[in-house]
Amino acid sequence: MTQWSILDTWIVIVGSLCAAACALPGTLLVLRKMSMMGDAISHTVLAGLAIAFLVTHRRDPATMFVGAVVIGLVTALLIQLVGSLGRTEIGASMGIVFTSLFAMGLVLMRQAIDHVEIDPDCVLYGAIEASYFDQITWMGMNLPRAAIINGGAGIFNLLLIVVLYKEFKVSAFDPALSTTLGINANVMHYLLMTMTAVTTVAAFETVGSILVIAMLIVPPATAYLLTDRLSFMMCWSVLLAILAAIFGHVSAVTVPTWFGFGGTSTAGMMAFCAGLIFVAVWLLAPRHGVLSKVFHRCILQLRIVREDVLGLLYRLEELPPSHELSTTPALLQGILGVGPVLSTLAVSSLARRGYIEHRSGQLHLTNQGRRAGRHLIRSHRLWESFLQKHLHLASDHVHEPAEQLEHITDAAMQNQLAERTNQPQTDPHGKKIP
Amino acid sequence: MTISTGQPGASGVSSPIGQNRSHIATGDEHPVTAPLSIHDMTVAYHRKPVLWDVDLDVPSGRLIGIIGPNGAGKTTLIKATLDLVPKASGRVLVFGKPYRKQRHLVGYVPQRESVDWDFPVNALDVVAMGRYGTIGWCRPVTKRHRTAAYEALDIVGMADYAKRQISQLSGGQQQRVFLARALAQDAQLYFMDEPFASVDVATEKAIVEVLRRLKDAGKTVLVVHHDLQTVSEYFDYLIFLNMRVVTHGPVGEVFTPENLKKTYGGRLTLLNEAAELFARQAR
Repeated sequence: MTQWSILDTWIVIVGSLCAAACALPGTLLVLRKMSMMGDAISHTVLAGLAIAFLVTHRRDPATMFVGAVVIGLVTALLIQLVGSLGRTEIGASMGIVFTSLFAMGLVLMRQAIDHVEIDPDCVLYGAIEASYFDQITWMGMNLPRAAIINGGAGIFNLLLIVVLYKEFKVSAFDPALSTTLGINANVMHYLLMTMTAVTTVAAFETVGSILVIAMLIVPPATAYLLTDRLSFMMCWSVLLAILAAIFGHVSAVTVPTWFGFGGTSTAGMMAFCAGLIFVAVWLLAPRHGVLSKVFHRCILQLRIVREDVLGLLYRLEELPPSHELSTTPALLQGILGVGPVLSTLAVSSLARRGYIEHRSGQLHLTNQGRRAGRHLIRSHRLWESFLQKHLHLASDHVHEPAEQLEHITDAAMQNQLAERTNQPQTDPHGKKIP
Repeated sequence: MTISTGQPGASGVSSPIGQNRSHIATGDEHPVTAPLSIHDMTVAYHRKPVLWDVDLDVPSGRLIGIIGPNGAGKTTLIKATLDLVPKASGRVLVFGKPYRKQRHLVGYVPQRESVDWDFPVNALDVVAMGRYGTIGWCRPVTKRHRTAAYEALDIVGMADYAKRQISQLSGGQQQRVFLARALAQDAQLYFMDEPFASVDVATEKAIVEVLRRLKDAGKTVLVVHHDLQTVSEYFDYLIFLNMRVVTHGPVGEVFTPENLKKTYGGRLTLLNEAAELFARQAR
């Protein structure tokens, strides 16, 4: 690995500030299902810079900044306008407005480029690697300009969201109610667009206009999988964004060297890491993650098979003693119609908990197991009685639904069922209800 | 429990459905100003008129059903009244003053499908939103407002679900959360857009109970309603709407086959239903 220097530290700091600043408005964009609005606005920044220069013939940063932010807002306005003219849905409207403005930006840039020092490469990919060398003095310290700009955008966003937290929340969740409460949803929409424009303009020098969208959307979309509260979602977004920035730069300088290449684009790696983090969370998130869903489904399936084994053993015990009792695990598996893995797991976990025991190759219920089996069979037969009495199902149609309902019936529900069916002694098939 | 609004000029606001009506111009010596008067309101979408010349004075303290066929403009009537869709013409007075100045007196329950129930908030957060107007811009939601929200949830039988994320609630429970939010608003005039649409029996009961409470507290409630079977049971005043106001008045006077026919036109199945309904009521 190459030597870590002050340069790298500042790249990580600038990247983190930029990512964190993007994550805040990004959360609201994702929740309002307007993710691509950030993309649209970031693409029109170019036009804003060119127009600002052509109009004012000045190229100081403040003029450029204001010009870009204004064009960002104009983009948002035009998108709403084109969308409201009818026959154009909002996605198409975005496509129309931002591509036109982006193309116009490119053409104007060409016109203006002889006069302005705008590097197209830097516009598209950012220049985070060079940010350390562009320093300005602020409060007696020499700081990279990018750190101050992105930090400023982050503080601007943070202040707005802290002060107007409930207004942003209600206008994103229920714009109609929000407006009737006197919190005009349109005003809040354009405030969010202002935030997005400011952040995008600040960020685009750092990560480039293409990668801004990744920083705006991916960390919030990841956070959405991790929590059910808006405030936590915002905190997670910022945290994940910073993580993506750190890992992004570290892997940009290390990973390519493993393959004998030099370092690669940090901005690109930041976006890529954000994507990797999303995939990891998508797989591993405790509640909304794919693996946790699969895991919970397996646990549920195992519980059902366990109960079925107890029920089956109980039914076999009910048979007159003259029957040849054969309760080998293999036989159980055949009757229950489940795979060998599941049945082996079920039998071994029942044995471990003392519900069943192995005696000379056969399975037998313990007293504890018998109680559990009786409970299940009682639920099953009560349900059959109930379905026949109250839903008028034929007696040969009650087994299947009862087979499912028996697994979600507790003692209280059992008592209610017994009451509603007048405490029957036998089920519709004439079997005794234990 | 008494909660004051904390806003200068606004009078004390009682519990979610309190009796306090001091900020309305009522009084024995003055005629009561109508909670809602709509003058010459016309609404058009893309040049196609949806509502024509609506002229309406709504009486105070009534449960008012708005009925009419699909596409009659029932939702549009509410949205145009609340400035949520632009009006081609017309004005709206709430307790004698323009609606814009009287927002704090108006509560709104939108259709349940109008919001994203996967939004990362819990039931209590949603109900607390009802108080945002009272709290005012830039001020945080304090404990007192959360308590009021919790009490409103309790009234609709949803206190146990306060911390539940809203996507984990059933449709009926979500509707009750919306209703609790309206209670938390503590308004004087309510608009509810199809609160009874596809809800379970428990929720239907809870909604009826809430409507009664609101009426007992002297509030005026307008409800877009679809089920003609329950109209006379739930409401005491009706507005028949089909692009224009066909008629309006107390249920006993206006809920007649003729008015239904005028409103619903030649929709035979519905008329048969109505005939059956009247036959049953006559018995």
